[in-house]
Amino acid sequence: MCGIVGLHLRNPDLYPLLGQLLTGMLCEMANRGSDSAGVAVYGDPTWTPPGSGTVSLLEVDATAEEVAATLGPDVTVTRLGETYLVSAPASADSLLAAARAAYPQALVAGFGADVAVLKGVGHPKALTEAWGLAGAAGWQGVGHTRMATESAVTPSGCHPYAVGPDQCLVHNGSFANHATIRRELRAAGVEFDSENDTEVGARFVAQKLADGLDVETALKELCGRFDGFYTLLVSNRDSFAVVRDAIACKPAVIAETDDWVAMASEYRAFVGLPGVAKAKIWEPEPEVVYAWKR
Amino acid sequence: METLTKFDLSAVALRDVNAALHAKNLSGEFVIENPSGAHNLAVGLDAPVKITIDGHVGYYAAGMNQQAEITVNGNAGTGVAENMMSGSVWVKGNASQSAGATAHGGLLVIEGNAAARCGISMKGVDIVVGGDIGHMSAFMAQAGRLVVRGDAGEALGDSIYEARIYVRGTVTSLGADCVAKQMRPEHHEELERLLKAAGFEDDDTKAYTRYGSARALYHFHVDNASSY
Repeated sequence: MCGIVGLHLRNPDLYPLLGQLLTGMLCEMANRGSDSAGVAVYGDPTWTPPGSGTVSLLEVDATAEEVAATLGPDVTVTRLGETYLVSAPASADSLLAAARAAYPQALVAGFGADVAVLKGVGHPKALTEAWGLAGAAGWQGVGHTRMATESAVTPSGCHPYAVGPDQCLVHNGSFANHATIRRELRAAGVEFDSENDTEVGARFVAQKLADGLDVETALKELCGRFDGFYTLLVSNRDSFAVVRDAIACKPAVIAETDDWVAMASEYRAFVGLPGVAKAKIWEPEPEVVYAWKR
Repeated sequence: METLTKFDLSAVALRDVNAALHAKNLSGEFVIENPSGAHNLAVGLDAPVKITIDGHVGYYAAGMNQQAEITVNGNAGTGVAENMMSGSVWVKGNASQSAGATAHGGLLVIEGNAAARCGISMKGVDIVVGGDIGHMSAFMAQAGRLVVRGDAGEALGDSIYEARIYVRGTVTSLGADCVAKQMRPEHHEELERLLKAAGFEDDDTKAYTRYGSARALYHFHVDNASSY
């Protein structure tokens, strides 16, 4: 099981509604698994102030005030549920390096110029309320509600996996050969936060993107290298992509209108979207990469 | 006079609707509004009634149907009409994977496309698809007829038994033991009847190809002994 949702807004008039729409989509998928959940929100002006870098941290073991004081005078820290959003008028990379140096035990949930990643253990309804997700704005959001199979129910086992700058990956399914690929990536110098199978997929994609591949090519390479079941939603600050494995057991539905593109595990997640009655709705074909650019 | 009963799923609980449809000596017509992708809608019917669902349905809609004529004015999720015994299920839009899975009888019409595994392990149902079907359709199909007006995906009819498949468009690939077969007069007649039942009576049956079992997997072959 597990439920995944994503919403890529084309009409800027809808940006203020992103959080509200994403909350509805995610909570509708809760009975596909609700041991933990997470979201990535692109473009909320409060969570990711324009011109700043933002790092999302969990398991920091310090108060928000202490983190702000430690990281410097320009740094603002907002606690949403169990996630700390750390922002500063600096590059996300430099802020990430400072946060890692100060809190080496902390879990980095995501980082970038535009993305805030919130995750935690618990029911998506309780989590989205704690985050205040319904009040968030932005141009794109993805979410995941989890039924754990491959690794423990901990914050590090929650999706999304946002391991590259402004990137984010959510997964429904399980990778069979993740241990082999993790070993190869570790040998190549990639560091991991968990024993989770999805993290391997996310790090694989992040490495391909860092090597200069576009998202379509990176996901085709993932299809060639990974065994198992997967429907993946892979987002970046300017892209939104969906791919399924060759067997395509794990469900996926895409809906598209002039105003938005949405993806979810099941159609019922779309019911609250404006104009869904006139949306083009279809199921993605196996091993075909569907990608939209901002 | 037949009665018309309406259920609004935004106001009535799914279980209450299904329970009402399981009432003894059920008769009349029923309309279900605002299904909003709900799962298990109108399952387990066993009465000669007409049911119209206005909107998209989730998983296993109209599953295990007997006798009822069920129309979905929208798309259907996984396993529509799974294990149908008799009656008909008519999907005006597209259907997700495993449409008509294991169904023994009745008629399933999908006016749009059906996704992967359409008619998997079908055991006597007739399925007519207006558009294309996905990969692994009619996998281990045992009996019944599957008509596809569009194209079929990979591995059509893998390990098929005695079901008959008619495809008008292209087949990406055939599964193990599934082969193209000659269209004899009785096949043209059978196909014509099925197309007519599904409202596609203008199709030329000569444009279709029949597929079925080569029956090479039915018996142990001594040359394969080393494989075991």
